[in-house]
Amino acid sequence: MARIDLVDLAHSYGGNDAPPETFALKPVTMTWRQGGAYALLGPSGCGKTTLLNVISGIITPSRGKILFDGVDITPLSTQKRNIAQVFQFPVIYDTMTVGQNLAFPLKNRGVPKAEIDKRVAEIGRLLDLEPYLNRKATRLTADAKQKISLGRGLVRSDVAAVLFDEPLTVIDPELKWQLRSKLKALHRELDLTMIYVTHDQTEALTFADTVVVMHDGRVVQSGTPAELFDKPAHTFVGYFIGSPGMNILPAEVKGREARVGGHVIALNRSYDNLPAGAKIEIGVRPEFVDAVAPGPGLLSAKVERIDDLGRIRFARVRVDEAKIAARAPAGFTSSDGNAGLKFDPAHIHVYADSLLVEGAA
Amino acid sequence: MDKTVNQKAWFLVLPVFLVVAFSAVLPLMTVVNYSMQDTFGNNQFFWNGVGWFKELLDPSTDLGGRFLASLGRNLFFSLVILAIEVPLGIVIALSMPRQGWTVAACLVTLALPLLIPWNVVGTIWQIFGRPDIGLLGYVLNHIGLDYNYVSNDIDAWVTVIVMDVWHWTSLVALLCYAGLKSIPEAYYQAAQIDGASRWAVFKAIQLPKMNRVLLIAVLLRFMDSFMIYTEPFVVTGGGPGNSTTFVSIELVKIALGQFDLGKAAALSLVYNLIILIVCWIFYTVMTNAGVERKVQAEKEPAAEPKPSVALKPVPALKPKEGVA
Repeated sequence: MARIDLVDLAHSYGGNDAPPETFALKPVTMTWRQGGAYALLGPSGCGKTTLLNVISGIITPSRGKILFDGVDITPLSTQKRNIAQVFQFPVIYDTMTVGQNLAFPLKNRGVPKAEIDKRVAEIGRLLDLEPYLNRKATRLTADAKQKISLGRGLVRSDVAAVLFDEPLTVIDPELKWQLRSKLKALHRELDLTMIYVTHDQTEALTFADTVVVMHDGRVVQSGTPAELFDKPAHTFVGYFIGSPGMNILPAEVKGREARVGGHVIALNRSYDNLPAGAKIEIGVRPEFVDAVAPGPGLLSAKVERIDDLGRIRFARVRVDEAKIAARAPAGFTSSDGNAGLKFDPAHIHVYADSLLVEGAA
Repeated sequence: MDKTVNQKAWFLVLPVFLVVAFSAVLPLMTVVNYSMQDTFGNNQFFWNGVGWFKELLDPSTDLGGRFLASLGRNLFFSLVILAIEVPLGIVIALSMPRQGWTVAACLVTLALPLLIPWNVVGTIWQIFGRPDIGLLGYVLNHIGLDYNYVSNDIDAWVTVIVMDVWHWTSLVALLCYAGLKSIPEAYYQAAQIDGASRWAVFKAIQLPKMNRVLLIAVLLRFMDSFMIYTEPFVVTGGGPGNSTTFVSIELVKIALGQFDLGKAAALSLVYNLIILIVCWIFYTVMTNAGVERKVQAEKEPAAEPKPSVALKPVPALKPKEGVA
């Protein structure tokens, strides 16, 4: 159990002298507190697995340091780091029973037998593996095997952190949900620091207290699920989190007004010091745009289709070249394909070169 | 759906029947025929029934004594080379590099002995071990070891065994290496994280993942060493005395040296039968090793309480009956 500090950590598979833009993991400085549940979220190839492997010690970083409770552990091998990791595909020791599999990490560290038995029984109970403890692990199905892998990660009570590398990839969707809730419950019960890598936003948002969104080797935002939703720090976060993602529209912003294709949208805050020459965009979540009948003062749009998600309907509309998703209130229909868009000024964000700009009140 | 009945199709299979008849069935029947008869040359044959077979299994007769003695030597030889080549092959496979240009270099070097024809291997070691002109024999004698495979039983055995190890350990090593290469990297990473020692990694991951290729290696090496002829024949000619006379060497002596076709035919049939039986045992063990576990797994869950996450047993494969 430990606080984890990443200090200016970066890694390139091409070595330290590779050009900075080719780094798989660009310099990151970050602190993870003891007992937290973190998710590293991002699309394939964004560097999240690299970051995880750097923390577990499978990869030695090209630059920077990792501190566990203030102690630099960067040069230490995986064995000495006191870390547990669960991989994408189940890793099972074929010749052993389920119980022996769970006991393996403890046995290797010379834990007394009574203590091993206690921990194995406890983890077996938490993961519903009790009926299988004395059976050969090879005979089980993929999800049971993955539970054993999870169990091996959780069985050591003294680990600094448990790392999960997309552990639910091989699991059926319905079981995925169960296992995820199980993990969440285990986190509460065992008080372990957990770091969970995934490309699935639902998984990340339901599992973690803090979600770290990565894009192109960079950490673009780290925050609670609510923060990521309400105030994306980067247009990528806005677009990646939420379904459908945030609407990003090129705009001219001056003071408390944004101009989109000649139409003026009011803003809640004032933006006077925008960097010159930067690409300015406004971002607004579909939940805060209403598609209504066309009228004066509304941005007029062409309706392409309406997606009914059951609980909520989204109108897919087009303003010039830009595609926008907007909430379609109950009763909204468009006979002639025309609609007006009503924006909620409190939830419009302004981005300069993809980065969030804080306006003045 | 109606099946098209076309008996003419049999004609397409006929050539295979003919080839098999001439290449396998007829020669085998000839041997069976010989094994029931005795001959004194001149193409004259006399009926002997199962006489040769009775003699073969009776150690008090000349034929039986020679057969059983050579069989014992042969089994001992197979046992010794398996005991050396299998562990050695595993050690070599484990110490081979996993990537880089050295992999290709290692594979080529290992494959070299396998590419040399048997009689050439025999000749190489025959000359290599000679005390007068062979490098090995000369050096050994020079440093004070009284080594001479022509006159000393033990020296002859050691030479034949070392030669076989030199020739065939590569095969075991290459098979094991293939088995090792198929282990996903995640297993090693997981073991590292679980704090496993080198020995624990070998025991928990590498050996279990290699067990199928190891079975194949043991089978191949056993069959080959049990049928060995050329190499010891070239080096020692079965001597000194009869000390390195294996079954196949004995067989050739009887068939071509003494021209006792009846005895030789009986011996070769029994020899063949032993190989078939061993082959069948290995085949059954190998095919059942994987199957039995799955069958058991299917039976077990019924008796157990269903856990919250349902475990679907893998559909079991029916064990195959007999040999193909």
